[in-house]
Amino acid sequence: MRLAAFDEMLPEVSGLRKPYSAYDRWLKEQDPARLTEKMQDAERVFRKTGITFAVYGEQEASERLIPFDIVPRIISGNEWRRLTQGIEQRVQALNAFLDDIYHRQEILRAGRVPRELVAKNEAFLPEMIGVRPPAGVYTHIIGVDIVRISENEFYVLEDNARTPSGVSYMLENRETMMQLFPELFQQIKVRPVENYPQLLRQSLAAVRPQSTKGTPTIAVLTPGSYNSAYFEHAFLADQMGVQLVEGQDLRVVDGHVAMRTTEGYKQIDVLYRRVDDSFLDPLTFRPDSALGVPGIMDVYRAGNITIANAPGTGIADDKAIYSYMPEIVEFYTGRKAILGNIPTWRCSEADSLKYVLEHIHELVIKEVHGSGGYGMLVGPAATKRECQDFAKKLQAKPSNYIAQPTLALSTCPILTEKGLSPRHVDLRPYVLVSDRIQIVPGGLTRVALKEGSLVVNSSQGGGTKDTWVLDD
Amino acid sequence: MLLGRTANGLYWMNRYIERAENMARLVDAGLRMALTRTQNASEEWNSVLLSAGADVAFTQKYQDYTAANVADFLLRDTSNPSSTMSAIETARNNARMVRTALTRETWESINEAWMSLKRMLARPIDERDLPSVLDAIKRETALIRGSFYGTMLRNEIFDFSQLGTYVERADNTARILDVKYYVLLPSISWVGSTLDNYQWESILRSVSAHRSYRWVYEADYKPTNIADYLILNVRMPRSLTFCYRFLAEHLKFLGDDYGERHACHATADKTQAMLRAGSIKDIFDAGLHEFLANFIRDNTRLGDEIAQDYKFY
Repeated sequence: MRLAAFDEMLPEVSGLRKPYSAYDRWLKEQDPARLTEKMQDAERVFRKTGITFAVYGEQEASERLIPFDIVPRIISGNEWRRLTQGIEQRVQALNAFLDDIYHRQEILRAGRVPRELVAKNEAFLPEMIGVRPPAGVYTHIIGVDIVRISENEFYVLEDNARTPSGVSYMLENRETMMQLFPELFQQIKVRPVENYPQLLRQSLAAVRPQSTKGTPTIAVLTPGSYNSAYFEHAFLADQMGVQLVEGQDLRVVDGHVAMRTTEGYKQIDVLYRRVDDSFLDPLTFRPDSALGVPGIMDVYRAGNITIANAPGTGIADDKAIYSYMPEIVEFYTGRKAILGNIPTWRCSEADSLKYVLEHIHELVIKEVHGSGGYGMLVGPAATKRECQDFAKKLQAKPSNYIAQPTLALSTCPILTEKGLSPRHVDLRPYVLVSDRIQIVPGGLTRVALKEGSLVVNSSQGGGTKDTWVLDD
Repeated sequence: MLLGRTANGLYWMNRYIERAENMARLVDAGLRMALTRTQNASEEWNSVLLSAGADVAFTQKYQDYTAANVADFLLRDTSNPSSTMSAIETARNNARMVRTALTRETWESINEAWMSLKRMLARPIDERDLPSVLDAIKRETALIRGSFYGTMLRNEIFDFSQLGTYVERADNTARILDVKYYVLLPSISWVGSTLDNYQWESILRSVSAHRSYRWVYEADYKPTNIADYLILNVRMPRSLTFCYRFLAEHLKFLGDDYGERHACHATADKTQAMLRAGSIKDIFDAGLHEFLANFIRDNTRLGDEIAQDYKFY
């Protein structure tokens, strides 16, 4: 099935869109052979630098590149301003929701979000009840996945409020584009993204524990070099000029978390952790975890360390909660959500389940707690058999699924052997929250490289593009 | 400030880079001997394996000491943890772990060495290609060393890296000498036979010193001079004295930076003082083999002490 999609560069009706005009002029002057060469250069750069990721379930290809397309995705200054307003509002609401959920639970009392959806949710951590993180921030780093349907319709697909990844690709993509096409950046004013690591560092420093004396010591906690996102962990630590630590480097010393250095143990004030909640503290969560720090939750509760993002933030980006985001935004900000949700059927509700089962061929069905494009069904692209099998899973545990209409995600051209060809894209801008909210102008554009495919996840054959926000 | 785990990673990264190269050098020397003296080739390959500390593992897998078997085992066999391929893989894993401590050039040179050796050593080496494979290994490690020296800040990161390099190198040189110590003993053949000459050249070749030897000593190989060169010469980059000069220096930097001296400082200083005061005659009088055995033991202890004193684990 082919969906008639809105192309961000060349919509069929209106001709070339304005944000792309300068780029298009440049592109027409280029020799196709030179562009092909540049494409290969880009791959060499990525492989040489070791910008790789691990794919689960594939033995030999333990280190692979995320394919990179050299045609940028371009967003005008105006479009960006609108997006940032919507994102800011949403991020404020997410933090307010988390604070409420772990304290007075007013939104539950008001009946706007069903109580059992929170109470029975694995991402909800009872250990966090009554705990207020330093500076009152729960989710410090957020990646909001946004899709576009038409000139003026943007929707939030997902709020990644736990540990959004991919920001290193945003930075490396830009770096690579600037190396390959320096002249482009002289002709076109693109807003810079490269100060993200400094902003991240400042943002983390601003939410240090109150008791911190002097400059806070910040560290990035990684599960280790075999983790699929290890490159990014190392990259961010390096760019921020902070230590990259593993659980085995840390222990609790005198009521603080400390890292083992060549000169003994040194206190850490802010921990940007890229380890999931359940592995964070074997004394509180999974006892078999070797990735975390025994006792870190006690230090946290005593207010002696900032953990970013806070434990328990997963309750805010859970797919079942997602469907209530319009209510959540309105509840805490007093205004209608600027950025809408994609209409979502909660299969836990009998009416919705009935509808979903009847329209399974038209819908995208996702696991409530899944991520990375695993365990989902894209109805229109699935065979009859696959739909039937999925329907059985759905009936067995309806509350485990949500369904959304198959949207004609906007497309943006990629360079293929036969020239430009449209592919579906989404956008993940990165948001930093401290005493203020900062959004780096740009983000990660993920692109489904297979013609017609709607799945942009890198683990499912998606690629990336540099994302330009024009300074116009 | 440096994590103990990072110091450990840097130390072993450099030990393994050094080892990857030393394996190529040993095979190179063995190949030379086998080409020039065909009768005793298997004996030569045996001593190459002994120098590499891989004889036991080798005999579990092979019966014959042939060039093809030994080269395969020492260069590309990943079941041998010290083979060039295993060593470069371990070095890269360590580099990945300590990536934030390395300059981009250093990381990329290690990553590229790994990629190119992995490609080159993927299939058994054709005997005709062996010399060019050995050259390529030495070239890759030279590139790593070049970008490392050319770009790294001379701080504690540099110090721990150098400690790894020189502990490994001192161990390697001492083992090469110890395997062949008997051909250096004056009592056996004071005037070198042709056979001895080959042996002596082989020793020098395994530390890439067969040419520079002549710049320092007379043209003829003399066992005392060879031993002097590899043990006591201050300027020969693979001699024991040279290694300890740098080990002591980098440990001193660390001690000054951190304002604290440890057991490893005493051990390194003691060995360095012993090498400085010693003459090759004293060493031969007291017994070359005993000297080397003691040295290898103390050198291993130094490595353990460094790990402990700087909280590697």
